[in-house]
Parts: sequence; C-alpha cells; structure tokens
Amino acid sequence: MSLPMSSTTPLLEARDVHGGYGGMNILNGVNMTLNANEVGVIVGPNGAGKSTMLKAVFGLLNVTQGEILLNGQPIHNLPPNKLVERGMGFVPQEKNVFPSLTVKENLEMGAYLKPQNVKRMLEQVYAFFPPLVEKRHQPAGELSGGQRQMVAMGRALMAEPTLLLLDEPTAGLSPLYMNEIFDRVRQINAAGVGILMVEQNAKQALAIADKGFVLAAGQNRFTDTGAALLADPDVAKSFLGG
Amino acid sequence: MNELVFFINNVIIAGSVTGSIYAIGAIGVTLIFSIMRFAHFAHADMMTFGAFMVLLLTTLFPAAGTSIGVPTALVMLPLAMLLTAVLAVGIDKAFYKPLRAHGVKPIVLVIGSLGVTLMLQGLIRLFSGTGGQSLYVDDRKEIFRLALPFEGARAPIVITEPQLYLFVITLVAVVALHVFLNRSRLGKAMRAMSDNPELAQASGINTNTIVAVTWVIAGGLAAIAGTLLSLDVTFKPDLSFFLLLPIFAAAIVGGVGHPYGAIAGGFVVGFAETLAVFNWNVLLRPFRDSLPTWLELPSNLAFVGTEYKIVVPFFILVAILVWRPTGLFKGKVI
Repeated sequence: MSLPMSSTTPLLEARDVHGGYGGMNILNGVNMTLNANEVGVIVGPNGAGKSTMLKAVFGLLNVTQGEILLNGQPIHNLPPNKLVERGMGFVPQEKNVFPSLTVKENLEMGAYLKPQNVKRMLEQVYAFFPPLVEKRHQPAGELSGGQRQMVAMGRALMAEPTLLLLDEPTAGLSPLYMNEIFDRVRQINAAGVGILMVEQNAKQALAIADKGFVLAAGQNRFTDTGAALLADPDVAKSFLGG
Repeated sequence: MNELVFFINNVIIAGSVTGSIYAIGAIGVTLIFSIMRFAHFAHADMMTFGAFMVLLLTTLFPAAGTSIGVPTALVMLPLAMLLTAVLAVGIDKAFYKPLRAHGVKPIVLVIGSLGVTLMLQGLIRLFSGTGGQSLYVDDRKEIFRLALPFEGARAPIVITEPQLYLFVITLVAVVALHVFLNRSRLGKAMRAMSDNPELAQASGINTNTIVAVTWVIAGGLAAIAGTLLSLDVTFKPDLSFFLLLPIFAAAIVGGVGHPYGAIAGGFVVGFAETLAVFNWNVLLRPFRDSLPTWLELPSNLAFVGTEYKIVVPFFILVAILVWRPTGLFKGKVI
C-alpha cells in the first residue's frame, strides 16, 4: 500500500469494523482512512457490504467490533441525529426524500438543526441545483428520479456537512443525469466537503476518487488511490469487468 | 318555510355539531397513526378525561367565568387541555414507549391502548360516578332563537350557546393546526417524520421530541372534543367511548394519516348519520297535495331509526373504501 501519510488527524477513520444485522455479520474487518477534502469511493461486487459499511459509518448499524473515528473522535454506535450535529450528512439510495413535503420543505428539513442558516443555504442549494428553483413548491414525490436525487443531496448539504455519505447516487438514473450527478459530486468536494460514496459505476467513480476501497465479502481487497486502482490489472480483471 | 327551518335545525346544525366533534377526534387519531403507526383506541377516553378535568375545575371554581361573561367550563378548557396533554405524554412514557423500545408489531400497541382505555374508563368512573352531570355548574345554557323574517315562518332557527362556541373553537383549532403543520419548523418536522421516519432521523430531527409533540397535540384536541361534546349534552363517563367507532370511521374515510382527510371524514360521517335519521316526511309535506292519492306517506320517513344510528358510519366506511381504498384523501395503507 502506498497511501500518502498525513500528519494531521484524518477526517474519517475506520479500523477493523465488524457488524451486521441481527447477529449475521456482513462486515468482517473493514479499514478506511479519508482525509479532509478527499473523495473516497467504495466499490465491489454485490453483497460485498458496500452500503452496509456506509450505514455503519452513519450509525444505522450495530458495530460489534472495531472502531470508527470522525476527526479522531469515536462515533460508532452514536445515533444518526448526533452524527448530523457533528457534521455528517447521509443520502440514502432509496426513500431519500419526504414525498409529501415540497422541495423547499425537504431542503428546510436538512437544516433542521441550524434553522438560522436556512435562508443562506437555500440560496446556495438553489444556485447549485438550478432545476429545483422552479419546482420548489411542488411535492418532492412528484419529481423525476434525477430531480429527486438533487433534492436528496441538497437536503444533506443544507446542514453544511464536512463529510457527505452518498449511497449509489446514480442508481437508476439516465446517463445524462448520471454525468450531472458526478459533476455535482466533484463540485461539492471542491467546495471543501469530504465525500464517501458507494457506486455501481465503478470506473466513472474511481476516476474522481482520491481513495478507492474495493470490498469483497465484507473485507478490503484493494485500497489505493482511485487512479492506481483503475490502472491495476488485477482490480480491472476481477472488479471492473476487464 | 317551516320545513326549511326544520331542515336547518335538524340537519345543518345537528350535522355540523356531530361533524365538528368527530373531526377534532379524528385529527388526533390520524396524527398518532401517522407518527407512531398504530390505531390509538384509548383516544375516546382521553376525550372523556379532558371533559372530566373541565368538570372538576368548574366545580372547584364555579364563578371563574362570570366576570367575563363566558361559561366557566370554557375558561377551564385551556387548563384541561394542558392536563390531558400531560396525561397523554405520561401514558406514552409508561405504556407505549416501552413497547416501542422492544420493537413490537403495531397490533401489540393497539391491544395495549385497549388496556389503557379500560383503565382510564375505570379511573374516571371511580371519581365521577356513573350518572350524567352538566358542565354548566353555575351558568345558564343560553338558547338563541332566530326568527326568520318571512311570512308564515313560525318556528325559529334554534342554536345553543355551546353549539356556537363549538363552531368557533373547531374553526380556530383547525386553522391553528394548519398553520402549525405548514409554517412552523416543528410542524414540518412532524410531517417529515410521518413521510419517512428514517430520513427524518438522518436529517437530525429528534424523533422522541416529535412523538412527545404529537401526544401534546392529540391530548389537547381530545380535551377540546370531549369538553365540547359534554357541553352540548351532559358529561357522562362513557359518553366519548361510544364515539370511538365513528371517529375511527371518520379517520379512515378521510385517509389515515391525513389531518385534512380526518376533518373531511368527520363531517362526512357526521352528516351521513344526521341525514340517515332525519325524518324526510317533513320535507315532503308541502307536496302532499300533488302526490297520487294511493301513496300514503308514513309519519316517520327516516332511512334508519335513531337506535340504529351507529351502523351509519360503517355503511359510509364500507362504501367509501370500496370506491377509494385509501380514503377520500390519499392516506397510508394500514
């Protein structure tokens, strides 16, 4: 492994994380280090525990062994609302909007803990996702898949997170929206937000990744920079479809 | 003209009274369902509890309202709402929260709430006795008679003081709830949690706070409904319990989990009940001469007798659910 060693505390550090649902272990010792302002991408075959790892980071899963640190502070088994207070944002893959609330109300809920920021952040999010402006008074349940994803990401951004977790943000989207979402992810990162995302479109995702984590059977198989993983023939052969 | 007055008195006013009480009760039931996903059967006895608190307070301070010209019972209503809200939060902490913490199925909570209803009923009966008591302890129930300025109009439109208060308070409660749910941060968070509890938590919303707020609102509204009902008739320990089924019918007809649906459902059920027991013979009387002679109108031409009033909500319930399985407004699938 040739990860650049940083002298400062990493933004997110996972050490030998084990966990799963109802006694069944899905994660069997995952390690991750992500520094501030980095994009981390988790890829791997189905059932490798990619989304499960993301859920473990966001406190939605019982971590039975190992630890997860945010800015050096242990956070495993803290409830999600506490993690939001500490600067984490999470965009689930499914059910990621409040369908009967309007777009604007969805976004307002993102800043629930920082009501004084609502106005300023609304303007920023609208500037970031212009299609949402004209839909702002429409219930989010009536939007298309791509627009919904924008609402979901916008909601998470409203809390001004330092680390944004994205679970398959491009799943089920048309190629046009897919590129749009990848562009947005890069821009969010450029604005100083660390990103950890699970992606099916591994090649495209690794291309924008500072760090790539290839999981298989709940463990790290390869961990390197995104570019190095893309160039690695072993990774390409077994995980990127040749 | 007298037929019209009869219709206004016995359908418009009576239906609005019943509809308002069903609506306020059904809002509470539907809010609890939308946040905690279970049918709260103890709701009617929370209504009785609220009315009983008003009765107690009015008996203790019978003259509190005389100086401002309002029935003492209404002066005591805000305090009774507060006490009922405290009771509701307390019941949740003592009985429902431990069950939720165990991750039980909703039906366990439903059965739990049946237990709570029996307990509340017993407790209230223990202190109030089983008979009826007027909430007008020291006041006189005003009755307004509005004579119509038409020739031949002999009977006046009759409306009582508590009925007028009932319409005003229902309107205020509905508008206040609307503003709360759509304008306030907490109200929006409540709708968000009803939509998607996991995402609400992921947005930093403290779901325990929302649950407590739901009980406060449901308890307050229950006290209003119970008190207004007891003002219109008299307080009895089992008065509200008999409203439990029509209130649930109203909540389901409107679309479960939908506060505006509950209001609509309350009035649909209330008016259906009133129309079903209304004696249509009276309205046909002016046309008696133009009817064929072989057709003899029975003196009571109601769809059902008053004693079968209770079946009407269920008929409406079945009819509407066949036509629209999710209720008038699109509610949650139970």
